[in-house]
Amino acid sequence: MAVPILKQGQTLIASIQAALTDTDLLELRDALLEQVGRYRSRGVIVDVTALDVMDSFSTRTLRDVAHMTRLRGAQTIIVGIQPEVAFAMAQFGLTLEGVPTKLDLEEGLDYLAGTAKPGSDG
Amino acid sequence: MVNNNLKVATQPKAAAQPVSESASALLSELVAHLRQNRTQLREEWVVRITEAELLTAMTKDEIFAEATSVYDSYVEALETGTLEALQAYARNLSERIIPRGVETDEVVGIVLLLRDVLARSLFAKYHEDFKVLGRVLDAYEPAANRIAITVAVGFVQERERVIREQQEAIRELSTPVLQVRERLLILPMIGLIDPHRARQLTEQLLHGIRANRAKVVVIDITGVAAMDANVANHLVLTVEAARLLGATVIVTGLSPEIAQTLVKIGVDLGKMNTVGDLQGGIEEAERLLGFKVFPIRETPAG
Amino acid sequence: MGEGVRVEQESKVRVETEADIVLARQQGRAIARDLGFTLGNATLIATAISELARNIVQYATRGEVILKRIENGSQKGLVVIARDEGPGINDVRRAMEDGFSTSGRLGLGLPGVRRLMDEFNIHSEVGKGTTVTASMWKS
Repeated sequence: MAVPILKQGQTLIASIQAALTDTDLLELRDALLEQVGRYRSRGVIVDVTALDVMDSFSTRTLRDVAHMTRLRGAQTIIVGIQPEVAFAMAQFGLTLEGVPTKLDLEEGLDYLAGTAKPGSDG
Repeated sequence: MVNNNLKVATQPKAAAQPVSESASALLSELVAHLRQNRTQLREEWVVRITEAELLTAMTKDEIFAEATSVYDSYVEALETGTLEALQAYARNLSERIIPRGVETDEVVGIVLLLRDVLARSLFAKYHEDFKVLGRVLDAYEPAANRIAITVAVGFVQERERVIREQQEAIRELSTPVLQVRERLLILPMIGLIDPHRARQLTEQLLHGIRANRAKVVVIDITGVAAMDANVANHLVLTVEAARLLGATVIVTGLSPEIAQTLVKIGVDLGKMNTVGDLQGGIEEAERLLGFKVFPIRETPAG
Repeated sequence: MGEGVRVEQESKVRVETEADIVLARQQGRAIARDLGFTLGNATLIATAISELARNIVQYATRGEVILKRIENGSQKGLVVIARDEGPGINDVRRAMEDGFSTSGRLGLGLPGVRRLMDEFNIHSEVGKGTTVTASMWKS
């Protein structure tokens, strides 16, 4: 199942709609990397509100997305992690270190708007 | 006609034990004896209770009143073989005396004393004929044991119910997630934190963050006396989980003991934002949220 | 699991493809919720299943995940058994250390699974396969 990617200004928004297989996730990663270059995006938001499980593979893949897009000039943030999922991730030892996480899409957009302006600390 | 079945509602497996004709005749003889000597035996029992320093939370009159009821219910249970009335009484008694701090061993103790007082009186009455005495005790003891179990189980069940209710009440009282400002939550932790409560607190906090769209959370643990490694680890998990939801956690009020625990279990202090006290924590939270607080007179003009 | 643990019902998910990973964890979550586990605990269980099922697909090609309701006195619980006939793990003790992996990736996730569940057991024989048994009791 492909994840729709929306382009809004300099930001790409990937909104996951349902449970993803590993291949779906890898395809999402590749699509985001490709589009960051194509659209010269400065920010990427991955909305995981619909995910009821984040295991080591999905966490690692999302972290890879963040690190790889940074190398291509865009900051990636993850939004919409569910409370139960957040607890399971912490218990498992998956912390998404170095990747900003925000409550929801609105917060994510605010954050990116803040970091885009010079002199603001978000 | 005497009911030949002794039933213990709490022990379905022990139900329906037929008693032979002669045993039932003996039981009714025994009941008559206990009724006849009620005043004296009850008095003896009360003396034994006082001597054994049981029910010290109650006055002499209260003990006497309860002893009378228990004695009569006891004899009735022996007579009818049904324990429902005694069970109901035991529960009612427990409900009244548990809040006054009466302990399980006291309740079991007084019932065993009564069993003993009555057995001695039967011994005194029949001691000249060992055959009869043996049969009387054979009839008396199983019934007396079942009564003792019924009362003890009734008390313990009531006690457990009270404890469960209190635990729930304490949990609810001591785990408030408070919104003090827009996007700022405070979680004051108070009392004993066991792993179960720690887990409950975390779930409440994480849902609170979502519901209030909180950006900063101050967890104040001034009111927590001690924390074992498990719970300390859990605190760290909570901080991490909150970050995944996009909220920053500030922990305040760490006691020297808890600080030691955290260092001993090797907490990555880089991940923990700690401030000495709650006030400092709120000030730090306001700074993070971009609030500035001035005394009214010193408010800069403009 | 100790003495006196009674197994009530079980369901089995064959694990061969990536889609089976999703299927196994969804089934695990449904059974956990059905048993009365909180959403939080059901999520822990589903995450553990996802991890174990992925190990099967990645390292053993095929295997199965068995989900059983268990009972011990008045306690109810769920046990997850992930079984494969793959190459097995050479050094189980090292596999249980954080950050260890045979394929150079970020670990087998086994230490994480152990942290998610109440009880955890692993048995592996090189050339024969691996069985992981992990259970959670309702608190």
